[in-house]
Amino acid sequence: MTDTAESPKAPARSRFAKFWDSDFAWSFRHSPVAIIASLVVVILVLAAIFAPLIAPHNPFDPASLNLMNGFTPPGTPNAFTQDTFLLGTDDQGRDVFSTILYGMRISLFVGASAVLLAMIIGVVLGLVAAYFGGWVETLIMRIADVQLTFPAILVAMLIFGIAKGVTPPEYRNEMAIYVLIIAIALSDWVQFARVVRGAALVEKNKEYVQAARLIGRGSIPIMFRHILPNVLSPVLVIATISLALAIIAEATLSFLGVGAPPTQPSLGTLIRIGQGFLFSGEWWILFFPACTLLALALSVNLLGDWLRDALNPKLR
Amino acid sequence: MFAYIVRRMFQSVIVLLVVGLVAFSMFRFVGDPIDNMLGQERTQADIDRLRTELGLDQPFPVQYFKFLQGAVQGNFGVSYRQGRPVSTIIAERAPATLELAFVSGFLAITVGIALGVFTAIRRQGVAANIIMTVSLIGVSLPTFLIGILLIYIFSVELDLLPSFGRGETVMIGGWSTGFLTASGLKALILPAITLGLYQMTLIMRLVRSEMLEVMRADYVRFARARGLSDRVINFRHALKNTLVPVITITGLQLGSIIAFAIITETVFQWPGVGLLFINAIQFVDIPVMAAYLMLISVMFVTINLIVDLLYYAIDPRLRVDARAT
Repeated sequence: MTDTAESPKAPARSRFAKFWDSDFAWSFRHSPVAIIASLVVVILVLAAIFAPLIAPHNPFDPASLNLMNGFTPPGTPNAFTQDTFLLGTDDQGRDVFSTILYGMRISLFVGASAVLLAMIIGVVLGLVAAYFGGWVETLIMRIADVQLTFPAILVAMLIFGIAKGVTPPEYRNEMAIYVLIIAIALSDWVQFARVVRGAALVEKNKEYVQAARLIGRGSIPIMFRHILPNVLSPVLVIATISLALAIIAEATLSFLGVGAPPTQPSLGTLIRIGQGFLFSGEWWILFFPACTLLALALSVNLLGDWLRDALNPKLR
Repeated sequence: MFAYIVRRMFQSVIVLLVVGLVAFSMFRFVGDPIDNMLGQERTQADIDRLRTELGLDQPFPVQYFKFLQGAVQGNFGVSYRQGRPVSTIIAERAPATLELAFVSGFLAITVGIALGVFTAIRRQGVAANIIMTVSLIGVSLPTFLIGILLIYIFSVELDLLPSFGRGETVMIGGWSTGFLTASGLKALILPAITLGLYQMTLIMRLVRSEMLEVMRADYVRFARARGLSDRVINFRHALKNTLVPVITITGLQLGSIIAFAIITETVFQWPGVGLLFINAIQFVDIPVMAAYLMLISVMFVTINLIVDLLYYAIDPRLRVDARAT
């Protein structure tokens, strides 16, 4: 089915055309869910990256805030200043739309960094475990097993709590974001390690690895140049699904007040702030950040599901 | 068999000792508790007195041993924030969390199994499809958003149920229960649904897929050929055979319910152990954090041990593996 566009008269096809005709791209073009989900993700990520350009106000610049603008409902002019805000303002007169853009930046930054870190830790440990075997493998996988019995969010909370205690009080707010990244990453690496180990155990005994060993390549090049590329596709799937989980984990921790500090509010922090105004009728302070979080997490999740099916050779 | 059990228990003890070391190191390396406990107007005499009182002037191994000794007896020291023994605080808070966890677990199991059977039997039905779609959304919604949504609908808009706290409680012995008063029961509804929803969808989907599998089995077809009624087939023959995986998963989920209770308790300001833990993290109240860490590890390690031993008893293949390695 993928060969329909291919004609023998055009031998010098661009890389893009090759990609366009691949099974992978074909499955993408024929999955409306994947297209919509990736569109949402791209729009949200771009909005987060270019937040300073898009946002009408800088919510962290006290000079641009006017307390008189507090609690302006979305789309209607404020009673005192006649300023209009697309999604309304919070109690301090901060534009909700702008705080969401900046909050999404932090959510995405924390989520992506945490997954990247978890991936590096997990892939390295998984490869080492599979390649060397013996007590190294037993030790790594035992730690993984033990950690897996505790829910990830609890592990992240504990690491955050310990790290918070270790950092001196004056740095706590500054370091909170990085502590959060490390906490989520350390709660998430097990998935990667298990999958990489499983795949690498199979690859390790294949002929190309034996050949590489025969010509005298060292363990590290064999692990990372030869085995790693062949175990990457499940890693990619897990990374995508982990990203959705990491974004939700970050939001949950920040919502509980053990994550991003009020000076650098993420989507979770915004929801935490918004919950306080639920009873007084200012629904928009809570509603819009919650919707953004949902859209982000759901579309990344759907993308991950699609990726899993698309990269699974059994389903082709 | 005996060797396996001993080895498995030995592993559990090692895990607990490591967790204990982590918990204890928090005391050693995390700030100076004296600073947290005494206010600005402290004298050197106060500091020295408290240091001796807390045993902080003794060498590391002595302190670790004392900590372990205390932990085994349920004594985790004095909360930096409240100035009362941690064990007393936890004992006060535990009934709230346990009641909440019990009700949500019960809800998740009964409703989850019922809906799972229903969606499996009426596979093509409209209602079953709606339930499946809603459950998909339910799984992707973060717990705290579900809680907020429920508060918004039932407390803010409809004004039917309380949005925070436990309502009135009755003391029976040392146990404060919310089961006996109307306001206590009302206060329990929303948190229990919030906490149980995820486990409910999980159990439902599991029961559904297991049921679909079993319904194709020969003995179900044979039962049908014998002319047994649908109800007998569905519940006596099919459901019974799906229960082994359901029980193991549910057992493992028990721990998650306690862990996720932290989130639910924060949303609903439920005065349980989870809220205590979150506040302890926020205020760096090390003794409370350490006690919670130890408690939850003991719980998880025990649950896992029991599940593993049950597996071992149920699945003969594992016995062969255990001998081989």
